[in-house]
Amino acid sequence: MFDTLIAGLLRGNVYALGAVGISLVFGVMNVVNFAQFSFFGLGAMLAWFFVAQIGLPFWLALILVVVICSALGLVINIAVVRPLASFLPLAAMLSTYAVSQILDNVSQIAFTAQFRVFPKVLPTSDFQVGNMRFGTSDLVMLGFTAATMVVMALFLKYGKIGRAIRATAQDQEAALQMGIPVALVQHVAFVIASALGGVAGVFIALYVGIANPTSGMNVGMTSFVAATLGGLGSLVGAVIGGFVLGILEAFGIHFFGDSAREIVVFVVLIAVLILRPGGLLGRVPLISTEPLTGTFLGKGRPLRIPAWVWLIAAVIGGVVVPLFGGDYLLMTGTQVLIYAIIAAGFTVTAGQAGVLALGQAGPIALGAYASALLTLHLPFSFWTAVPTAGLVAAVIASVLAAPIWGVKGHYISIATLGVGTVIVAIIRLVEPQGIYGIPGPQWGGVSLSTPVGFYLIDFVVLLITLGLMWRIRNSHLGRVISSVGSDEVAALASGVRVRDYKALAFAISAFFAGIGGALLAHQYTYIDPTIFTMLMSLLVVTIVIMGGVSLPHGAVVGALVLIGAMELLRFTPELRIIVYGLVLIGVVRFRPGGVLVRNS
Amino acid sequence: MSEIHTELLSLENVHAYYGPFHALRGNTLTVQKGEIVSLLGGNASGKSTTMKAILGLVKVKAGRVRFAGRDITQAPTSQRVRAGIASVPEARRVFPQMTVDENLLAGAFTRNDKAGIAEDLERMRDHFPRLAERRRQEAGTLSGGEQQMLAFARALMSRPQLICMDEPTMGLSPKLVDQVLDEIVRINTELGVAVLFVEQQAELALSIASRGYVLATGEIVLSGSAQDLLDDPQIQDVYLGKGNLAAAVA
Repeated sequence: MFDTLIAGLLRGNVYALGAVGISLVFGVMNVVNFAQFSFFGLGAMLAWFFVAQIGLPFWLALILVVVICSALGLVINIAVVRPLASFLPLAAMLSTYAVSQILDNVSQIAFTAQFRVFPKVLPTSDFQVGNMRFGTSDLVMLGFTAATMVVMALFLKYGKIGRAIRATAQDQEAALQMGIPVALVQHVAFVIASALGGVAGVFIALYVGIANPTSGMNVGMTSFVAATLGGLGSLVGAVIGGFVLGILEAFGIHFFGDSAREIVVFVVLIAVLILRPGGLLGRVPLISTEPLTGTFLGKGRPLRIPAWVWLIAAVIGGVVVPLFGGDYLLMTGTQVLIYAIIAAGFTVTAGQAGVLALGQAGPIALGAYASALLTLHLPFSFWTAVPTAGLVAAVIASVLAAPIWGVKGHYISIATLGVGTVIVAIIRLVEPQGIYGIPGPQWGGVSLSTPVGFYLIDFVVLLITLGLMWRIRNSHLGRVISSVGSDEVAALASGVRVRDYKALAFAISAFFAGIGGALLAHQYTYIDPTIFTMLMSLLVVTIVIMGGVSLPHGAVVGALVLIGAMELLRFTPELRIIVYGLVLIGVVRFRPGGVLVRNS
Repeated sequence: MSEIHTELLSLENVHAYYGPFHALRGNTLTVQKGEIVSLLGGNASGKSTTMKAILGLVKVKAGRVRFAGRDITQAPTSQRVRAGIASVPEARRVFPQMTVDENLLAGAFTRNDKAGIAEDLERMRDHFPRLAERRRQEAGTLSGGEQQMLAFARALMSRPQLICMDEPTMGLSPKLVDQVLDEIVRINTELGVAVLFVEQQAELALSIASRGYVLATGEIVLSGSAQDLLDDPQIQDVYLGKGNLAAAVA
């Protein structure tokens, strides 16, 4: 029992360090900084490199990690985050996500994707009190964090720059008017956060004994949840959130096994968001808007696409490719089509209702599993199973997401992320092996499980999806949903039940996500929980941002570029993600409404 | 007030834009040392934008802003504060989760003379006894009137020569409005700080200002001494409502 508590404290220690950085940056810049996530993985790899490869002493490695991460953080802030300060937080958030992908994959190219054994630089079990065993290593980590927190608290309370950081966090414009150089303050906050991220990464590697370039995402996500739990922007809250999560996680693992980790983390998060919408110590602004609404989307208007372009696109997509395309092109095309279906369905949530749901992998997985199980264990054919899977995904996702629609601001994105993650985690708990031998489509006894067959089926489904999405967009219902997205307070004042319409939009998107997931499952014939990742969710978001967040046909363009072009250029997976990060930064920077939306 | 003024702030033919929207259309105004000047005008007439141009919060596309003999048209806000321009933002904007003392110290961010700052802190406590009582209280818990005093004191902590106030009476009860106006006069006479302030209620504003400027759709349409403006039939008609009342009675 005490061992579990100690384990929880050590995990919580790492989360607290990470969460403080995330909360700090959120406070002064109102940006959820995904780049921070990469510093966990990077810190671990750099420390491994310095200690295990070069043979530097641990303390020197730690200092070097702090220096490198700080410098990198400063560069990222100057190059990517600050230039977007005049846009809405979403722009900067997406760019930091892109940066984190770039960093992770550069790190993978540099250090390779292998799991490295992190050297035991300090004894791990040289003390015993009663039944508990712990080591110098543990004490050093906890002591370092405690010292850091005390120094940070004093700095923020009594330091001149510290006070300026707090003033900026509480009212950026007023701070500017007091002559506080807000840009400098933001640089300082970013640098501190990056350094803390690096240190947290070193500590997690020291604790688990393994370092890997991509290990940052998990730690980062949990730290982020810890920061949210404590109340984004509240540093004391971040520390408390970190330790609470660490301990709950340790006990969750102790009682239910490792697969319960994510469920514990996100269920706690969702519960807190519902009971205390601003987190444990955070304050919720009286009027808050969704990150997607406002000028970021209001800018520009969609390009008018002439009828002949549609016709040519339909002919190329529906006739030329299936007739003349080889299997490879057709398989790539099928991927593009499936993601286009999912993303087109997602535009009603992200664009019209203005909810940047970050967990679409959840309903995609629900659709995939539902369709697989229906065809394998019940007398369903492909043709009846796929739409049923869409309904199943919509219903289950809606039920699970039902409590979150009153959550405000950035928190709703985080809550949807939680719902998506919990869905996948539950599936992993119930069906950890994956499902084999999922049957493909047949028609009149003829198997259509060929590249052309799948391609044509998915092409027709995409056409139907686009048609339905356009009908919804231009209906009374669509306009009501749009009113929720463009001005929630005004919609509420006009008698629109904002929560219900957000839920409805989410259900519609979940339906198409489920269809897409089902199509994937039948094409792959094999599915397991590792397919439905955070990366998949973010890919869906990126596709709609790229094409224009409320344009269903924009999703097709987004999917073509981000899935099709990447595949056809035959980039390695790492390079592909780096390019895709750069594309995302470019789009957000220069075409913030999407490539099909003219800037104004 | 002495007749010989020296120019403290001047805007010469200043233009500013929000995106394509032409918010300031060639405005020229001056504030002399130790003077109270009022900016009048309806909604969206460019009053706040003028303030922002002076503080460096909006980019001046054409024209010049001079302060104490220096061209500050392109200077960042922090340099302007250092040069002696302080601001009382619209809706007060005190830092809600910082104590009264911390708010005052935030106002002194641009200064590095520790002894001087400590001295001014004492001076503010003498000048605003309510703030002294509440020095360790979070600013967000103060009443509207107290927050306004804190915003004044915070601005004074940078030892300014000019304070720009954007609607300092906004959202306050009539009694508090009188107090705030008295306070502006007191700051002006006791500390010798010039004040440029935006006010919706022309009669109130002109009761304490020596001069005023009237803006409409981004242009200065009228300017003059407070008395001249009060007597101007156009002002009476549009801003004081007297013309309308007369018309209604007749």
